[in-house]
Amino acid sequence: MTVRAMPQTTPAPGAAPSIPSWTWVAIFTRMLAIQGAWNYETLLGNGIGFCVEPALRYLPGGPHGAAFKAAMARESAYFNAHPYLAAVAVGALARAELSGVPPERIERFRTALSGPLGSVGDRLVWAGWLPFASLVALAAFGLGVRPLVVVGIFLVLYNAGHVALRVWGLRVGWTHGLAVAPSLGNPLLRRGPAHLARAAAAAAGVALPLASARVLAGGPTILASVLAGAALLSIVLIRLHGRLEGYKLALVLIALFALISVAR
Amino acid sequence: MRELLPLSLLGGVIGLDVVCFPQMMYSRPLVAATVAGAFVGDAERGLLVGVVLELIAIATLPFGASRYPEWGSAAVVGGAIAATLGADRAGTVTIGVLVALATAWVGGWTLVKLRQWNAWLARRRRPALDAGARGAVIGLQLAGLTSDLARAAALTAAGYGLLFPLARYASSAWTFSGPLSRSVVMTLAAAVAASAAWTIFHSARGSRWYFAGGLVVGLLLLLAR
Repeated sequence: MTVRAMPQTTPAPGAAPSIPSWTWVAIFTRMLAIQGAWNYETLLGNGIGFCVEPALRYLPGGPHGAAFKAAMARESAYFNAHPYLAAVAVGALARAELSGVPPERIERFRTALSGPLGSVGDRLVWAGWLPFASLVALAAFGLGVRPLVVVGIFLVLYNAGHVALRVWGLRVGWTHGLAVAPSLGNPLLRRGPAHLARAAAAAAGVALPLASARVLAGGPTILASVLAGAALLSIVLIRLHGRLEGYKLALVLIALFALISVAR
Repeated sequence: MRELLPLSLLGGVIGLDVVCFPQMMYSRPLVAATVAGAFVGDAERGLLVGVVLELIAIATLPFGASRYPEWGSAAVVGGAIAATLGADRAGTVTIGVLVALATAWVGGWTLVKLRQWNAWLARRRRPALDAGARGAVIGLQLAGLTSDLARAAALTAAGYGLLFPLARYASSAWTFSGPLSRSVVMTLAAAVAASAAWTIFHSARGSRWYFAGGLVVGLLLLLAR
């Protein structure tokens, strides 16, 4: 199916070019691999080109035309974003390219968009949704739920948010094109991280004693000792924040403990 | 060691999820260690390792270009080793967590090398990329995905192959009791998780009260059981 790319010089949304459903499926599937060639020089750039490519085939001249090649070169250049929220960029850039927006506007847009998509995504997903889903699953574990159900709770909860965010991003990017910036003021993105942080803090409070109790499988004295020890050690870790990584400390101390256990 | 090859493939697929594809977070230790444990016949033991690692992993979130441990393949190694050693020995969970932490540390280094490798490939293909060659873009993406799959599988194979004999020896020579061994790892994991929770969430207004409220609920649930 051919798309009538509608040249326009403003980023404001006009009539959107139409793209067949299977192209959207291809774009969405590729977005799952958007970080496949992530590197320290172009970061997510190649991934953006990879994801937008199925849409760019509908440019005049098709995949062998000059418009396609110029767009591919532009879209594969340096770009940085959170991998899920990069869907906003993919949708908006596909729309802009198919609408014939001038290249310099597209390049300015890419530069302006990459920072916010990174920081918003990091706060919303990595520092919010992921720990929240993880802590809910840990609380479920502590309540005695069976192993594969614990795994299921985490995967279903986390990916409900994950997939929804990617679909929303692609849709909002495509709908608004280069005028997508106001959509990043969506209440979910602005206030979501703070709400999630509070929910995750509550989940952490529930999960820590419950999960500890199930792992220890001992009496209340052992549990109380562990929680007290953890509270004290966590204060030390908080005070040393930035100078000591928790997992490295755990690695060294558990290795010492194992050595003593084996050697004594 | 018949399980080495299938475990390496499992570690490859799970390690690929960490960054490259599809980032559905089945590479989180909670999932990866449980699946690996189930793979060798003891999901429960894998889950115990996964829970401890998950608490520690909350402190190392994959922000941007920061360097972080690779938990996916590492959790496969830790979960599989703990599950293989068996439930009747005192230190199996502790040993599983230890080998996973060591593998995760090395795995973080391999991720850095992978990114440098991807950059080298991109530099080589720069003229084609600048010319907008579709094949160059897709080729780089596929090369990156394949390299990551191979990286994670090799890491799992090396981790399991090298650490399993050591873990088996340590398990047979283990002298501390099961409760003490678990208490030590759980204290460390809970401390790392609590400090991470503070670091990540304290800037949200009222989060400390939400944490305190959650703690009360958690303790009440424990008392009620």
